[in-house]
Amino acid sequence: MQALNRKLWRDLWRLRGQILATAIVMASGLAVLINSLSTITSLQESSQAYYERYRFADVFAQVTRAPLYVLQRVAELPGVQSVSDRIAKVALLDVPDFPEPVMARLVSVPEHGQPVLNRLALLSGRWISSGHDSEVIVSQAFAKAHGLVPGDHFSAIINGTRKQLDIVGLALSPEFVYVLGPGALVPDDQRFGIIWMGRSALSAAYDQQGAFNDLSLSLMRNASADNVITALDSILAPYGAIGAVARKDQLSNWFLMNEIEQLESMSTILPAIFLLVAAFLIQMVMRRMIATERSEIGLLKAFGYSDWQVAWHYLKLVLLISLAGIVLGSLTGIWLGRFSTQMYSEFFRFPVLLYRPNTAAFAIGAGISVSAALGGAWGAVRQAALLPPAEAMRPPSPPVYRRGRLADSRMGQWLDQPSRLIIRHLMRWPARTGLTTLGIALSVALAVMSLQWNDALMHLAEVSFYQAQRQHAVLGLNEPRSTRVLAEVSRLPGVLASEPMRIVSADLSAGNRRHRGGIQALPSDASLQPVYDINLGPLRVPADGLVLGSLLAEKLGVRIGGTVHVEILSGRRPVFDIPVVAVVDTYVGMPAYMNLTAFNRRMQQRPVTEYINILLDPAATEPLLGKLKAVPTLASVTLKQAAVDSFHATINESMLIYMFIFSMFAGALAFGVIYTSMRITLMERGRELSTLRVMGFRRAEIAYVLLGEAGLLLLAALPLGLVLGYALVVLIAAAFETELFRVPVFIENSSYAYAGLIALAAGVCSAMIIRWRLNRLDLIKVLKTRA
Amino acid sequence: MSPRSDIPLHASQLTKVYQTGEVAVHALRQVDLDLYAGELVVLLGPSGSGKSTLLNILGGLDQPSSGEVWFYEQNLTTANQRQLTRFRRDHVGFVFQFYNLIPSLTARENVDLVTEIVKDPMNSAAALELVGLGNRVDHFPAQLSGGEQQRVAIARAIAKKPAILLCDEPTGALDSVTGILVLEAIDRVNRELGTTTAVITHNTIIGQMADRVLQMTDGRIADEARNTQRLEPSQMQW
Repeated sequence: MQALNRKLWRDLWRLRGQILATAIVMASGLAVLINSLSTITSLQESSQAYYERYRFADVFAQVTRAPLYVLQRVAELPGVQSVSDRIAKVALLDVPDFPEPVMARLVSVPEHGQPVLNRLALLSGRWISSGHDSEVIVSQAFAKAHGLVPGDHFSAIINGTRKQLDIVGLALSPEFVYVLGPGALVPDDQRFGIIWMGRSALSAAYDQQGAFNDLSLSLMRNASADNVITALDSILAPYGAIGAVARKDQLSNWFLMNEIEQLESMSTILPAIFLLVAAFLIQMVMRRMIATERSEIGLLKAFGYSDWQVAWHYLKLVLLISLAGIVLGSLTGIWLGRFSTQMYSEFFRFPVLLYRPNTAAFAIGAGISVSAALGGAWGAVRQAALLPPAEAMRPPSPPVYRRGRLADSRMGQWLDQPSRLIIRHLMRWPARTGLTTLGIALSVALAVMSLQWNDALMHLAEVSFYQAQRQHAVLGLNEPRSTRVLAEVSRLPGVLASEPMRIVSADLSAGNRRHRGGIQALPSDASLQPVYDINLGPLRVPADGLVLGSLLAEKLGVRIGGTVHVEILSGRRPVFDIPVVAVVDTYVGMPAYMNLTAFNRRMQQRPVTEYINILLDPAATEPLLGKLKAVPTLASVTLKQAAVDSFHATINESMLIYMFIFSMFAGALAFGVIYTSMRITLMERGRELSTLRVMGFRRAEIAYVLLGEAGLLLLAALPLGLVLGYALVVLIAAAFETELFRVPVFIENSSYAYAGLIALAAGVCSAMIIRWRLNRLDLIKVLKTRA
Repeated sequence: MSPRSDIPLHASQLTKVYQTGEVAVHALRQVDLDLYAGELVVLLGPSGSGKSTLLNILGGLDQPSSGEVWFYEQNLTTANQRQLTRFRRDHVGFVFQFYNLIPSLTARENVDLVTEIVKDPMNSAAALELVGLGNRVDHFPAQLSGGEQQRVAIARAIAKKPAILLCDEPTGALDSVTGILVLEAIDRVNRELGTTTAVITHNTIIGQMADRVLQMTDGRIADEARNTQRLEPSQMQW
């Protein structure tokens, strides 16, 4: 087999262009696969280890104020392993050198050391000491965003009293791997942080001595979280419980798991596209190669090589192509995985998030790639193996062409012969023409998908931040207050308009379907924060009845005219049935809206509000913000511009790079398909083209035959690709849809245009390489050889 | 020697050396040759005698290592690729041993391939009529016999009304009966259109249809003979 192996190496060298193009396509798919799989492993292993080591709780509950003796009853619930109570509140901070008020979640920890559950990973400094109630540990990301270190100070409005806090340590917690402030779509470490304080300091400040307002449970193995939550809710109901949630619904963990799920969808859809196209390219290359070497195959068999030996010879070539793809894809995958992990560590805060390229990912990737390659080559190799030697040594019968409808139609009469040549060749092998077109179209689709991420998120931001929300800031009060407070707010300098808003936790149900969420109550003429439908725009709030987001209506299985059973989880905890009067489409969340007046009536309360939406005079914003830092009744201040800015910053940091990388992959796919197809056409038609040259055709004229064919395929592929791109976007948007948000299917025309340009650019690159080869056609050899 | 306005092809002292690895192959050694207007020349010789190399150089497909080729008053040896393409396009018709038809084009379309790119060509139907294929114009190469395919190739070569027709082993892949049909087509083109024609063959009998027969051996024209009378191809037999 020595001589055959030598032939193999020479074949490899001779076919290096096509092999490389095919390997690049395979490598792109493999890189995406390895990146996804290894990032999934990194996130999964890191979170598992983190959750276990720092005893992340299984169930979380909040109450207004519950006496400590309730804990005993909770601990006795079947399935409960341990119980950890604490005080947790949202407060405003005044951080030196930062103009806006900053929000923080204050969480109590025992002065003597780690809590039972949700322990902290203390990264620097020390634990707080008892007797020093101003000492705090702050979340590392927040400290980093403000340049704070142990020893620094800042002040906070704690229950209406300004208090200086001294940082003694920086920490992370499994509860806050992903930290999302109120009203934000992405994390913003500058404007929202976690502050851990001593239990006695916090319970004194919030009048919670001998009580708790936040509870975490860990469960026995095999215990049902649902059963425990039902029992827990009934124990805590008298204490203002807003309903316990299981770990899977805990915000930080939900985002983490959702990211892993998205990576899982990415790891199936995208690599599948690349590997299918790679299989097709390998099929094309092998068929051509075996057709060219037909007589050599016959000769080998005549010498006594077995069918299997012949097949093995060609399979080795396929395996070598796969090997090139695997090596290239693994290296790119490692690089991409390292990059992704690094990027994830900016959003998901782990004590350590190590990139561990796991062997399983490579093994799976390599296995799938080799299978795709062998699958693609199978038909061609089988044909070679089964070719009877006598038949193989005769030249193949020439391809039979027919007059086609297109080339011989009335329009076709006007075609010049080179154009006719192009069309007949394309029509002669309709399957290949179709698959090549599909391959290019898939690359366009992939580019559309990559480029629309930005469009979709920008559209999401536009709709969420500007169309659906017209206020400049949302002020959160530390408790429901009479709407008379609006008059006070309007008097603040720089406030142009103000509107009340309530957001109250509630269980909504219809039949046996339930949803734990909240009701947002708005005045009927709300304009700063209207009820907003993504298709219809702002809507007037109906005088009574419930307006549901479409996802929520779907979840509850109700339509307009149906009835929803509402159990309010705060105040007097009223329970009522209410008709659904409208359903609106939204991108973010599962909202349920009510008229504020009607809602307060149902709540059996005077006109009160928890939030105030305000419109600001841009010139006076800064002094106002300075003033708000010191308003004792404010629990939160959310600035829309800040949320918009951090959203854009996040997209710029992460999304654009991914868009670039995936656009490159799309370009590689287009190049792989176009180059391989042109190269094979050149192999098939080299003789024809040389003949034309001998007959006096110029280089540009014969290039037309080859490049015109590719151009025609590209032309057919572009519209198809745009349609497939749209379909792919719909598919992925559906795969990514969650209860918290759905990515809009929104594609700018410019993205379609750029996607087309990427394929065109790949076409031009291929054409330039092919043109260079065309210029080196051997004109004389063709005269002496049989077709 | 200098160019002459009445001699279509004039070659002097042509030498061609191919460097294959460390071996230098002398394909042509100082060949002098004139092809006169309207004459039919047959180049005979065994494989490797330099016939094809000479034809390729005369047809503007290759350049000599030394010596000169003139097409009337145009020096082909100093021409660049673009000018050689122009020369082939406007003035040379080629016929190859293996026909080199485009399989995806019908007989007529194969001829149209040429008529579309030159000034004042023949009608493609007329060209096919001239080679006796007036009734096969819409057939694809795969639907034609070898002899018919070669005659399409001749029609394609002469449709541009070339000054020179160069045929490299035109009957090499054919049996004698079809070969003679092909030679008849060449003969007819030469007589009726007055196209200066050079035919390469190793079949000495074909020399009988020529005005002049050149015998090539080892890169040189070893012998030159003028026929007093040209035989009709139908009178020949092998």
